[in-house]
Amino acid sequence: MIADSEHGSQHMPEQEVQATSPQPSGLPPRFSAFIFIDGFKAALRSVFFYVLVGNYVGMGALAHGFGFSFGWMALSTLLVWAAPAQVILISTLGTATLVEVAVAVTLSSVRFLPMVAALLPMLRRAGTRQRELLLPMHFTAISVWVEGIRLLPSRPREQRIAFYNGLGAGLMSAALIGGAFGFYLATKLPPLLAASLLFFTPLALLMSASRNSRTLLDRLAFGLGLVLGPVIAAQKVGLDLMWTGLIAGSIAYAVHWVREARR
Amino acid sequence: MSLTFQQLGPVLALILVGFLPNEIWRLLGVVLVRGLDETSPIITWVRAVATAMLAGVLAQLVLASSGGLASIPIGVRVGALGLGFVAFLIARQSVFVGVLVGETAVILGAYAFAP
Repeated sequence: MIADSEHGSQHMPEQEVQATSPQPSGLPPRFSAFIFIDGFKAALRSVFFYVLVGNYVGMGALAHGFGFSFGWMALSTLLVWAAPAQVILISTLGTATLVEVAVAVTLSSVRFLPMVAALLPMLRRAGTRQRELLLPMHFTAISVWVEGIRLLPSRPREQRIAFYNGLGAGLMSAALIGGAFGFYLATKLPPLLAASLLFFTPLALLMSASRNSRTLLDRLAFGLGLVLGPVIAAQKVGLDLMWTGLIAGSIAYAVHWVREARR
Repeated sequence: MSLTFQQLGPVLALILVGFLPNEIWRLLGVVLVRGLDETSPIITWVRAVATAMLAGVLAQLVLASSGGLASIPIGVRVGALGLGFVAFLIARQSVFVGVLVGETAVILGAYAFAP
């Protein structure tokens, strides 16, 4: 955006900014910590906090069943932070070759590319450095993204990175707590209860995404993805999630574009 | 390249075949949008693609469930999702109410229609 870059050139030179404050976004560090805590509190109020606890109880039980240590499972939550990829890791690492595992993991995570790409322009301002975006990038998972897209627009731009990091840290703690419960409850959990915990995720996804879809574009993309997803998966062409996203998303965008052009 | 997990050690294996192949997509997202702003047509399209993929994940979780969920009949899963959604709409879009009703429905349904 032209206006943004003009604004950027009026900023103090980078070294001067660094000398006065370690926060290049111009926020005093203490203030930025308060915003982080605000984000963390938003995570506690989010339905996804409880959904993640439930879902990761299942994950903890799974890891225990496959003989992984608790530390390894917690580390996989911190580093991978993607439930489908973690399920693949836990259930195939012992038997498949490492190349096979890596391919399966990478195929399950394509969704992060468009998610991060759609999110970052909401976080960035003139003068934001690439490395400030690395933590928000890593925190991006379906739950954090859905809540971020909902809550960020009501936040001033200079607060968004700290807020999103707080939100991500809060939701990640939910997964760690759930994982710990699951690991220790693994042998005591009735199978039906364990199964029903896994149902939390689709329920919360459906409703949060519906609540967030305010524009025709969002609704169409979501509805078409819901309908076309299973149809495309049934064709067994491989990469069906990617095709679902590209086809359904593009149709929705085309409809949106035609309507905008008519105005 | 038929190295296995036992030869590499669990933490190194986690980083090499878990963290890296997963994180690459997030990193590509950062690299590809350098310089694009929120209102640009490409970002609007990318957001539609991400939303559609999310819906695809949801459909897959319910229709092609794996693990423990697969033991619950597909009709119960779809029905419970529908009931939860209706409850969500009646309760003025309360996600908590919707999730609660959906969970109750799936547990009761699994008991009633146990295979």
